[in-house]
Amino acid sequence: MTKTIGLDLGTQAIKVVVLNDNIVLSREKMFSGFDPSKAAKTVLEKALKTANLSISDIEHTTATGAGVQMASNIDSKISMMSADAKAGIHLFPKARTIIDVGAEEARAMKCDDNGMMVDFVVNERCAAGAGAFIEAMARALEVKMEDMGPLSLKAERASPINASCVIFGESDVVTLIHRQESKPEIARAVFDAMADRVSSMVHRLGVNPEVVLVGGVAKDVGFIASLKRKLDIDISIPEYPEFAGALGAALMATKRARRSKK
Amino acid sequence: MTKPQNKEPVEYWRWKEYQRVISDKSWNNKDIITAGVDVGSVGSKAAILIDGEVYSWGITRTGSNSPESARKALDWAIKGTDLRLDDLKYVVGTGYGRVNVPMANKAITEIACHAKGANYIWGPKVRTVLDVGGQDIKAIHCDETGRVTSFLMNDKCAAGTGRGMEIFADLLQIPIEDIGEASMKIDEEPPPVSCTCVAFAKTEAVGLLRKGWSKEKVLAAYTSAMAVRMSNLVKRVGLEKEFVITGGQSKNIGIVSRVENVLNVKCLPSPEWKTGGLDPMIAGAIGAALFGKALYLKNQKK
Repeated sequence: MTKTIGLDLGTQAIKVVVLNDNIVLSREKMFSGFDPSKAAKTVLEKALKTANLSISDIEHTTATGAGVQMASNIDSKISMMSADAKAGIHLFPKARTIIDVGAEEARAMKCDDNGMMVDFVVNERCAAGAGAFIEAMARALEVKMEDMGPLSLKAERASPINASCVIFGESDVVTLIHRQESKPEIARAVFDAMADRVSSMVHRLGVNPEVVLVGGVAKDVGFIASLKRKLDIDISIPEYPEFAGALGAALMATKRARRSKK
Repeated sequence: MTKPQNKEPVEYWRWKEYQRVISDKSWNNKDIITAGVDVGSVGSKAAILIDGEVYSWGITRTGSNSPESARKALDWAIKGTDLRLDDLKYVVGTGYGRVNVPMANKAITEIACHAKGANYIWGPKVRTVLDVGGQDIKAIHCDETGRVTSFLMNDKCAAGTGRGMEIFADLLQIPIEDIGEASMKIDEEPPPVSCTCVAFAKTEAVGLLRKGWSKEKVLAAYTSAMAVRMSNLVKRVGLEKEFVITGGQSKNIGIVSRVENVLNVKCLPSPEWKTGGLDPMIAGAIGAALFGKALYLKNQKK
């Protein structure tokens, strides 16, 4: 019986997964807000409560994510790439390409037949390939972010936008509104532009099936549809894609806890 | 902090449109009068030349309709002169909206026009031109005649562009025309912001303000990051003296001085555009009008 915690401090949300022998007992998330350390503590307590455990039951806690340096009371750390790859392989053992699209970053990992990560690419320092892009475009369209995906599926055709930058994307969306393009078509254009960026990143690694998509944006049906079209391949998506990082960290925690027991 | 009043919201990004006529010049029907219309993503500029000498110009904001913006810019350049549109022998369109200049006889890329215009404004010694426009930045290498020998461009990203600066002017509530001076009002140069993406840099800037940084310090950190980005482009195209900066941000002393520092070179000073000198923002329009003259003469020979 090895009980462990994986903690993923993302740029927008903090995710926690509690495991018992690699079986998920609970998962919780919370917005990072102004005080990520405090949010991490709160969400951790919540996850323990849901799992009916106290912190003393936990053998090992591993943290990951862009805000990993803000984590306190942890036993170890793991890179975001390794955490994603671990979770991807755990959920889909045949996964060879794992794509993570989060709020402010996108990355892709390549795994070999033993489930080891052999290569990765990261899109950082540019909002155009991440969730922030959908958020900004939803604002310009005056649509709720969660409605963007379903809306885009109603589009009858694609009206391409030259949107490789959030700032210029906003003006492009305004132009389309003036041209009286329908909202579904503009929403579809937004996802197509974003999927374009992500797929060109993935192509640098090579697209090897099975392809797994994780991260908060993996919940967006609009993005999934666009990415499938661009990559021209089927994509597997876990039930809780935004918890992939936390799950990977927790799996690592189990491994490390067992190793130290030996 | 001053409380916001119930007034019209201030648009800090909004820069002034203006026009100017060089009054000691005159023309007659034998002169080759040509115009260059540079429809940029943010500003539309028109310049009228008499026998290859600048006579008047106008600078306006680009609206959502390129042909209209082109017309407006040219109208402004003509305003206050006794010229009529019919007097223009040849019109060349350039810039992002160059294919949408209705009165143009020909469209020429802004890269060629900027090099040609820089050669006119600063003379034949210019070899490297950094053009910082509204939505892209270009580093151009040219020969003594203003002919482009190579160039590099950063487009599809707002970092370092005028549009990015407008966003920061709005965020920090500093009028865009004061933003250069404001970024110099610091005791010590802060480290540049780590995010180049304007969307992320905005978030980072808000965080720095919350940490207690002054507006000027935040602005300095952003300007400095952008200057590094521009300088890298210049380095990649190869910096050869003389070096000049054109486009809207050539008026931003914060950018100009920091680019000079990073590249360790002085650029040729801009003409005093506020007191009658040529405006570095119209380099593209001047270049276009010069091409117009050459094309007109070529057509006459046929």
